[in-house]
Amino acid sequence: MFNTGLTSNDLWLLAQGAGMTLLVTAIAVSLGTILGIIFGVLRYQLGPWWALPLTFVLDVFRSIPLLIQLILANAFVNMILVPTLKIGKVSGFTVACGVLAMYTAAYCSEIVRGGIEAVPANLRRASRSLGMSWGQDMWNIVMPLATRVALPSWIGLALGVMKDSALVYIVQVPELLKNTQILITRLQEPLLLLMICGLFYFLISFPIARFGGYLEKRWSND
Amino acid sequence: MIEIENVRKSFGPLEVLKGINLTVSKGEVLTVIGGSGSGKSTLLTCINGLEPIDSGRIKVDGTEVHAKGTNLNKLREKIGIVFQQWNAFPHLTVQENVMLAQVKVLKRSKAEAAAEAEKQLKHVGLGDKLSVYPGRLSGGQQQRMAIARALAMSPNYMLFDEVTSALDPQLVGEVLDTLRMLASEGMTMICVTHEMKFAREVSDRVAFFHKGVMAEIAPPEELFGAPKDPELQKFLAATH
Ligand SMILES: Nc1ncnc2c1ncn2[C@@H]1O[C@H](COP(=O)(O)OP(=O)(O)O)[C@@H](O)[C@H]1O
Ligand SMILES: [Mg+2]
Repeated sequence: MFNTGLTSNDLWLLAQGAGMTLLVTAIAVSLGTILGIIFGVLRYQLGPWWALPLTFVLDVFRSIPLLIQLILANAFVNMILVPTLKIGKVSGFTVACGVLAMYTAAYCSEIVRGGIEAVPANLRRASRSLGMSWGQDMWNIVMPLATRVALPSWIGLALGVMKDSALVYIVQVPELLKNTQILITRLQEPLLLLMICGLFYFLISFPIARFGGYLEKRWSND
Repeated sequence: MIEIENVRKSFGPLEVLKGINLTVSKGEVLTVIGGSGSGKSTLLTCINGLEPIDSGRIKVDGTEVHAKGTNLNKLREKIGIVFQQWNAFPHLTVQENVMLAQVKVLKRSKAEAAAEAEKQLKHVGLGDKLSVYPGRLSGGQQQRMAIARALAMSPNYMLFDEVTSALDPQLVGEVLDTLRMLASEGMTMICVTHEMKFAREVSDRVAFFHKGVMAEIAPPEELFGAPKDPELQKFLAATH
């Protein structure tokens, strides 16, 4: 059954796809996390009422299926933004990273807000009454404690974004699943190829999941 | 010197402080007693500017706490406060808890802060707990750590808000002993407490709060020996 026409070139194509998946995920998750922290802190600081416009925008990113967001964003950027600003064509890769980053930021801001809310008010009162400023309290007390609460959800988010990144094929980004499909069409070996593809996904996710587990364990000591 | 002049403060429709006048001079130990909800905690949090006031004024060493230009972070360096709930930062060791604000607020070097933390922790009897996380401490030890953390800022004043109220009875003594030690060292203190015996022993003056009013203030012999205010008489009868 495994006596197929799979060449080392084909494996290389899969590896390149995996690299692309990893790259898109890494960019989207880093950027999305930074934005998510900013939005999350803002939402917490502003309170539910003043944060309403921001919350609404983020909810839009959370509730529209990613595939539709990608197609719409790509169309918007290349049909409206590029002609009006008179800039060169924006690559599918850039659009993909941008959309995935906003999608990550929308979920991440929710996680961050929840983490901040979980820090007991009396600890913050204690740090402020020691003369620490809002920023010092945020950086030295709130963020470390909120991170402990938020980490499991954040790992889940990062892994989810990695799998969802398979959808960026729609804007012509040659990621892992797309390259697998190309090979399936050519070699007619769907099972083998999907197994290899799955293995690649596993190899990418496993270290992230384990690293999260390690941190949780280390933090549970104190 | 802490000068409190005609301070009023409401939470919504509820007036919690109804014109408080009080001066605490250097080296004085003032204890505040009174029923729950009488405004004792609110007064303390107004003194260090954690809560705004509606009218009147509070001056600490001549600086008006609630004036517009007052740097509250600067002011709070001078005023240590320890609360009823335990407030250890759980992600830092006992020593790091005591070091953090020294480094961030007073800009002391790590080495200086570590040495000061060790000194203060030894002072409150926690010299053997430096590298322990607070989760491993008893309630009494957590409160003593909080006291050391405040003392490490070299404050001019210490405010204590029912620091023994959340403790198991057998742990109350060790914390009160720490407060007695501070009083004997000449620290200026305001202690809100339900421990009448303690109030009688350490105080220069005792203030009785009732429904947002300071109904009586006098040296302990007088206040406990010959209470004048009828509400105070009832309160003392109930606590004996
Ligand atoms: N942040 C707050 N918001 C609304 N009401 C409050 C707040 N803090 C205290 N109060 C109310 O103010 C009154 C006085 O409270 P407090 O100063 O804590 O009294 P005490 O310390 O003497 O028990 C109580 O009725 C309490 O419910
Ligand atoms: Mg109280």
